[in-house]
Amino acid sequence: MQGNTTKIIGSMVVFAMLSAMNPKVSQQRPDPLLADTLSQPGHFGFGRPATEAEIAALDIDVRPDGKGLPKGEGNATEGKAIYALKCAGCHGATGTEGPNDRLVVGDTTQGRARRIKAIGNYWPYATTVFDYIRRAMPFNQPGSLTDREVYSLTAYLLHANGLWDEKAGLNAKNLPKIKMPARDKFVPDDRKGGAEIR
Amino acid sequence: MQQPHDKKTLISSGKMSRRNLLAGAAAASFVLVQTASGKAFQAALTASELADDPTKVPGVPPGVLGTRSPFEKPVKTPSDTSSRTPLQDLHGIITPSDLHYERHHGGVPAIDPSKHELVIHGMVDKPMVFSLADLKRFPSVSRIAFLECSGNYRGAGDGKIRPQEICGLTSQSEWTGVALSTLFREVGVSPKATWFLAEGGDAAVMTRSVPVHKGWEDAIIAYAQNGEAIRPEQGYPVRLFLPGWEGNANVKWLRRIELADAPFMTREETSKYTEAVGGGKIRQFSFTMDARSIITYPSYPAKVEKGWIEIRGIAWSGRGKVTRVEVSTDAGKTWQNAALQEPVLDKAIVAFRYLWNWDGSSTEIMSRAVDETGYVQPFLKQLLAARGGNMGYHFNPVTAWYLQGDGQVLFKAT
Repeated sequence: MQGNTTKIIGSMVVFAMLSAMNPKVSQQRPDPLLADTLSQPGHFGFGRPATEAEIAALDIDVRPDGKGLPKGEGNATEGKAIYALKCAGCHGATGTEGPNDRLVVGDTTQGRARRIKAIGNYWPYATTVFDYIRRAMPFNQPGSLTDREVYSLTAYLLHANGLWDEKAGLNAKNLPKIKMPARDKFVPDDRKGGAEIR
Repeated sequence: MQQPHDKKTLISSGKMSRRNLLAGAAAASFVLVQTASGKAFQAALTASELADDPTKVPGVPPGVLGTRSPFEKPVKTPSDTSSRTPLQDLHGIITPSDLHYERHHGGVPAIDPSKHELVIHGMVDKPMVFSLADLKRFPSVSRIAFLECSGNYRGAGDGKIRPQEICGLTSQSEWTGVALSTLFREVGVSPKATWFLAEGGDAAVMTRSVPVHKGWEDAIIAYAQNGEAIRPEQGYPVRLFLPGWEGNANVKWLRRIELADAPFMTREETSKYTEAVGGGKIRQFSFTMDARSIITYPSYPAKVEKGWIEIRGIAWSGRGKVTRVEVSTDAGKTWQNAALQEPVLDKAIVAFRYLWNWDGSSTEIMSRAVDETGYVQPFLKQLLAARGGNMGYHFNPVTAWYLQGDGQVLFKAT
């Protein structure tokens, strides 16, 4: 069964195009629970205030504008060594071989080029690379890397995708400024129900 | 046997109870397995262990947990990262909790509920910490709604593929918890907040950005599923539930919500749960699950005989109620309305059925769902045409089954 099953997910065509990412968000607050909650107090007083220290301990996200990036820096040379030790086993010697996610675009003329969703041709923000490595990688030891190691790995992967200099230090200031090739390809959801298929 | 107080009372009264009689007789005639909790159940009965006439032998006594008949063995199909619901083996609209599909990004975490907390901070008046007990004190809400992974379409060239493989990352439960709007009021969400980050406490510390309006509308911080605590695979002890929205955004093992004025652009919402739609564009934040249906009977690997067949299936829409399901028994030339089994709920799976007298000649049967926005479930070729020839997430084509003259049922792409 498994051998005959075609897994169809995430194939894509990439052409250059310009379109600003502008997620439109409704500000309205329709409240279907209103009938339920009309008599509710404004506050129940359950729970307790969060301290700044406990928020800081959990608040590890990094945003596209760089908010959340820690101090310090790293570089691709150091990152290459860490990658060989902790990442190559799953992502391949050069980030293209797998068996798990392809990180480096590499040669797109071979095989299933339409399916390549690597950092260099698909990821719209460089900050996401740092955020994801720090929170979830390596898969068997998530959250074990130091901030310097994460900066270095990010620098190496960006370098391997042709987006960062091998020697340059990567830090909270310059990481958010890296313009990712795929940035302008992303458009917000335009499906809205009704007769049209989108 | 497992209720000593009950038993003691009965013995002291000097009477032999039906319960004890049953227990003793059952122990002699069935294979009983005693677990640590004192549970007795019918373990894997073989033909030789079955009573010739069950009306002549007392059965097993009541137990502390119910069991599935040893003759029924529905199972999910796991891969490294997901496990699929056996849609073709189920009836009605509720997925048994142990058969609910799974999709996770760092395995199922082991969480002590007494230590689990939900922190809400960012653009709020009062950053707060809520324990599970705190969350349960708030007014509760329940609703029956489907959950579906947006990467939920497979085909097979040889047709030998079950509903479980085609779209088994769809399940439905009754979810109970506290409305996120209640917590938003409690912490005082800023009117300027437009997005919130939801973060899980799993090994992937998985994150998604969600528009704040969904939180005000119908999001639930769910701690229960089908009447009991959420299962670990579904986010125990607490998950985000967003009715009608793609599974990935329904962050499990929820530990943190951060209010902000822009999306966070996490890995899942940039490099993963996005789809190429032609012209070089990649669609992002496509949360809503469009309407879909599938005939679950007859379907591969069933074999059918000519004569009356009740065609059965399920349909759902993330945009509201399913208003109609149409069935074709002539490869899409003509369509008839199927009967929708009550209840027909908002953003929920509805069961449909269509009675058909098959003359035994080979044909194709298929179903398509129509929802209250007027959306009609498309064919594969319509989806491909609308998306520049790309497949990917949010792929909900009509599923056709080819009935051979010999009664074999095979998947056929539309």
